Amino acid sequence: MGFSLYEKIFNRHTVRKDKDTYLLYIDRHLVHEVTSPQAFEGIRIANRDIWRKKSIIAVPDHNVPTTDRSNEIKDPISKIQVETLDKNCEEFDLLEFKMDDSRQGIVHVIGPEQGSTLPGMTIVCGDSHTSTHGAFGAIAMGIGTSEVEHVLATQCLIVNKFKTMRINVNGNLQNGVTAKDIALATIGKIGTAGGTGHAIEFAGTLIKSLSMEGRMTLCNMAIEAGSRVGLIGVDNKTIEYIQNKHLAPKGILWEKAKKDWIDLVSDEDAEFDSEIEIDGSSIEPQVSWGTSPEMVVSITGKVPNPINYSDKTLSSSYQAALEYMNLKPETPINKIFIDKVFIGSCTNSRIEDLRAAASIVGTKKIAKNIKLALVVPGSGLVKLQAESEGLDKVFKNAGFEWREPGCSMCLAMNADKLDPGERCASTSNRNFEGRQGQGGRTHLVSPQMAAAAAIYGKFVDIRELN
Amino acid sequence: MEPFNIHKGIVIPLDRANVDTDAIIPKQFLKSIKKTGFGPNLFDEWRYLDHGEPNQDNSKRQINPNFVLNIPRYKNGSILIARENFGCGSSREHAPWALLDFGIKVIIASSFADIFYGNCFKNGILPITLNKNIVDQIFIKVENKIGYEISINLEKQKIYDESEIASFEIDNFKKSCLMDGLDDIGLTLKNEIDIKNFEKKYQESFPWLIDKES
Repeated sequence: MGFSLYEKIFNRHTVRKDKDTYLLYIDRHLVHEVTSPQAFEGIRIANRDIWRKKSIIAVPDHNVPTTDRSNEIKDPISKIQVETLDKNCEEFDLLEFKMDDSRQGIVHVIGPEQGSTLPGMTIVCGDSHTSTHGAFGAIAMGIGTSEVEHVLATQCLIVNKFKTMRINVNGNLQNGVTAKDIALATIGKIGTAGGTGHAIEFAGTLIKSLSMEGRMTLCNMAIEAGSRVGLIGVDNKTIEYIQNKHLAPKGILWEKAKKDWIDLVSDEDAEFDSEIEIDGSSIEPQVSWGTSPEMVVSITGKVPNPINYSDKTLSSSYQAALEYMNLKPETPINKIFIDKVFIGSCTNSRIEDLRAAASIVGTKKIAKNIKLALVVPGSGLVKLQAESEGLDKVFKNAGFEWREPGCSMCLAMNADKLDPGERCASTSNRNFEGRQGQGGRTHLVSPQMAAAAAIYGKFVDIRELN
Repeated sequence: MEPFNIHKGIVIPLDRANVDTDAIIPKQFLKSIKKTGFGPNLFDEWRYLDHGEPNQDNSKRQINPNFVLNIPRYKNGSILIARENFGCGSSREHAPWALLDFGIKVIIASSFADIFYGNCFKNGILPITLNKNIVDQIFIKVENKIGYEISINLEKQKIYDESEIASFEIDNFKKSCLMDGLDDIGLTLKNEIDIKNFEKKYQESFPWLIDKES
């Protein structure tokens, strides 16, 4: 029996094995300001050193303001956290893209952008959306702060092997349907715990047809299906994307690496603990209606009615979600009006996302009922690229605000947030209660759907726009 | 980390599925650079009726009398029981830090999200997965008896009230770390030579992944 991609990479990195417990070597460690201060403090207290400093790239992204950065961060507690990261990186001599660096951005956007995310790697970060990097044929996973400290001190993690799940997506996407919709439809099908304990490999002809950025969007949301790891086999697109990136191997090393990478796919006879089939052709643009990413329907659908569900826990979850979201059962999705729009986050803030959103906006203006529409590029380099293409002008002319890069209103740790009761079309990844601000109501959608919602003031089926 | 063996305590019923770590400890409290002091803001948005911010005097806030942590019969509880997929979402270890700071030592659920589950062990909290029916039964017992207490014996992997009510599965390595209160890093560094040897061979096989001088 052959190996799955996950097993191949896992085996390469196994330092030791003791029954079901493995010591796994880590190639790349991404660090941000929120989940690292206590880890650095632990290293200092125990008088330990950092094992391999060059494996680390640090960036502040969660707390940073997206407005003018020429002044200091206003919130004194956020300021301390960002400054603590700066100090730690100086003390331990680590590569950091500081807030005023054009390479600064969301940690999961800048990793691939810099060529620091490579096939076959093990990549960790104290952030659940680390699964994003699996798009490159890597084992990439989110870890807690104790594990951040463990990797800093030992370059390893103590882990159990995950089970494997393959999600095969075949068919052709309808116009206007994106990787985000595949992710949401998949989570709607298998649930937010569907992938728990598993590494999910996305496979099938439709996955192969996705761009690298689309693949990142999909792997990013593996964690919303409960899986710490989402990954996709290497192909020519993967290799082309990496070539000539700043930190990518060059010369002879590049040739050697390429030869190795092309084998980073699951063997034909690999067996998976479970397999799921998804017909990509039938996926419609998705809109989440509730307070968990699995509470999602198509744009042509309606908000469900809790009385139709016999499972008590499910029915009461639905009831609570509808109350929080202030929605009546069976409301058609295209009758839901919104207050704010957020285009950004590690899920959907790359250049293709911004191009796609801008193409829907065109010369139109945002609707009168929209109080705020934000576009937050994923990195300084994405922002510069978008500006060189004039996308910033498209957004600004329509009434969007064009901001500096960061996590922003995906989790509202900085000043960008929803006020209580406000309803938002968001390209982010979580619609949990209070996620975008206490009392805020989030509907997860693709960049195109968010842009269209901004123009029409409500959710519309982008397939019906010309 | 405090060694864990037997724990007895009052059970607090949080009758919800998919309790996410954003709910356990909202984002504004993640700005702290410490591991302690999160307890008063555990489940902040459910527990209080007003909006919470860091460094606030929480004793002056308006509490939500209907939320389980504010119901007198569950006061001083140290065992939390909830429905499936507890701890989903963000990897923030501030979630177990908040639970621990509040006084929670054991969490029972019909399933847990992976990252949260692992984070509990790093902080001396025991997460116990039980099948749905047993979780249902415990919820009923908690409802029917004020001050309902259970006792958990980690070594035997059993749960008791007046008599044994359940046994549970746990990974042996995680169990021993919890029972001995072991520091993972110290444990791994005992294998320092193995890591160095691995790194050397790895560098030869995959030179583009690791700088010689790094």
